[in-house]
Amino acid sequence: MIDLDRHSSLGSMLREALDRYEDDLCLIEADRDRERCRLTYAEVRAARGRLAGALAAGGARRVAILMTNQSKWHLAAAAALHVGATVVPLDPKLSPDEHAALLKHAGADTLFVEQHLHRKLAYDGKAIVTEAPPGFDLRGARRFEECEGEEPPPVDRARGDIACIVYSSGTGGRPKGCMLTHGNYLSQLKALLGKFTFERGDRYLSILPTNHAIDFMCGFLGPYACGATVVHLRTLRPEFVRDAFPRYRIAYAALVPMLLRNLQTGLEEKFKAISGPRSPLFSTLRWLNRILTRRRPHLGLSRRLLRPVHRGFGGSLKAFFAGGAFTDPAMLRFFYDLGIQVANGYGLTEAGTVVTLNDMADYRPDTVGRPLDGTEVRIADAGPDGIGEVCVRGPTVMAGYLNDPELTAQTIEGGWLRTGDLGRLDPTGHLRLFGRRKNMIVTAGGKNVYPEDIENVFDGLPVKEFCVFAGHVLRGDRKEQLLVVVRPDGREFLEDLRARNRRLPDYKRVHAYIPWEKDFPRTASLKIKRDALADDIRGGAGAPVVDL
Amino acid sequence: MRTQEQTENELLDLAAAHFKVDRKKLRPEDDIFQKLGIDSLQALELLTKLERHFGVELPDYELQGVSDFRTLAERIHVRL
Repeated sequence: MIDLDRHSSLGSMLREALDRYEDDLCLIEADRDRERCRLTYAEVRAARGRLAGALAAGGARRVAILMTNQSKWHLAAAAALHVGATVVPLDPKLSPDEHAALLKHAGADTLFVEQHLHRKLAYDGKAIVTEAPPGFDLRGARRFEECEGEEPPPVDRARGDIACIVYSSGTGGRPKGCMLTHGNYLSQLKALLGKFTFERGDRYLSILPTNHAIDFMCGFLGPYACGATVVHLRTLRPEFVRDAFPRYRIAYAALVPMLLRNLQTGLEEKFKAISGPRSPLFSTLRWLNRILTRRRPHLGLSRRLLRPVHRGFGGSLKAFFAGGAFTDPAMLRFFYDLGIQVANGYGLTEAGTVVTLNDMADYRPDTVGRPLDGTEVRIADAGPDGIGEVCVRGPTVMAGYLNDPELTAQTIEGGWLRTGDLGRLDPTGHLRLFGRRKNMIVTAGGKNVYPEDIENVFDGLPVKEFCVFAGHVLRGDRKEQLLVVVRPDGREFLEDLRARNRRLPDYKRVHAYIPWEKDFPRTASLKIKRDALADDIRGGAGAPVVDL
Repeated sequence: MRTQEQTENELLDLAAAHFKVDRKKLRPEDDIFQKLGIDSLQALELLTKLERHFGVELPDYELQGVSDFRTLAERIHVRL
């Protein structure tokens, strides 16, 4: 593994990786069940050189990348970092108008963009378009595949310089461009690799787009620092995601809870289909594995005891990383009991990516783990129940919001980042989250209630989707009440909803439900966009509220 | 050569069969997610079925912003 302390910038770290591991396989790009390309570290270095030549010739200083999940994302970022430019990763799921607004806000002078996204975009900077069909009118933009330039000398940056401007998927119409320094990323990378390291040649399955902070760290910087291979799968289709594990003998993958749930469902269906004498035998082996790994995981043992399960994933799987939303503890436990570790954590763009991580020593799926080395977490304004606002201090906290000193000053006070999330630290240092501060309600009896905290009780409700809201977010007339928005799937759910509601203490119970037929808006990482959904519902004339 | 209407009908037949929904209740202007009762990952599974049937390739992003069967049929039809 590369000694990260010797580097002051991401460009310099990547240069060492591309030289040191030059004969190793760096990237595999697959689409469905086909492989599109394989590149060694030396080939990535050559491609980076050509692109960097083109960027240097154009005087690029701030380079935006607007692509779905694919290998050219890495080539573009490596080239930009080589010439000392700041990278602006953009979420491909946003609308063309949102892309245009963020490009303008970031002051991006150059843009790498996929052709289908460029087609609808209004952008007057220099655009470099990937995968444009021959003869397609690029409106003055350059074709990625034709970008050629002689590799320029590297431009070094200091740890305090801005490496990326990342727009947080946070709320509100005000763009929040988090300025993350080279030092932020290098510190974060060192702390993460201290917990989960890639062996040289390990394969990481990348299915989230690389603008996503988790993929940027676990699917770009991390593997390069260790000489691992990144497998980009250009589809989220569950059947191809499942097939990719054995096909490429994947060691790590970052998944969002929705995809984890999909894998769990697939496994449960397979388990149900086991029949005859194999059925009790398999149940016994699962039980045995659960008992033997209760205190700490034992990957080798689990792979032997539950060979078919692990072989289904290719036999090389070490762990999943999960984040981006509240992850159901029962689901985490399901995988853990099979010997499949799911390292869930908590992070936010403003803190560099990851703040806490559940490593496997003293695994606590009911929490989001403990702070990474070098990161301090404290709970501000804690109530008698110990719950208060999570504040973070450390070398991964951003330099501030781009062009917004006022918001920066409100968010970072005395070096502490106020996250807006509510949590409690237990005596072992594990953090448990309860929701967003602004979503909380205070009942007439003075109790604090957190809608996100209640959602676990409704997991498994026979509906397509649901989301619990504080009344004040949805409807003024129900200010101090909790409402659940459900997207029915035709099955009867009301009795189940009532029964689950009764399991809650009375002050935490949901008062009414709102049936909602439209697909819930989700982020690129498939997290429900609570604010967008609330906006839709507020604007949805006639959405009935049914008392429970 | 299929007409646009034939493409729509075949799409509806496939969707109804795959998700076990009464075909008679599906119309081209219906919302895919609502009518089939599926989430975005299941919609991606449907896309694979459609690709195999029509012999075309539909990138995942083609589903972005598509909510009704007719628009999806149009996106398939231009590729035939």
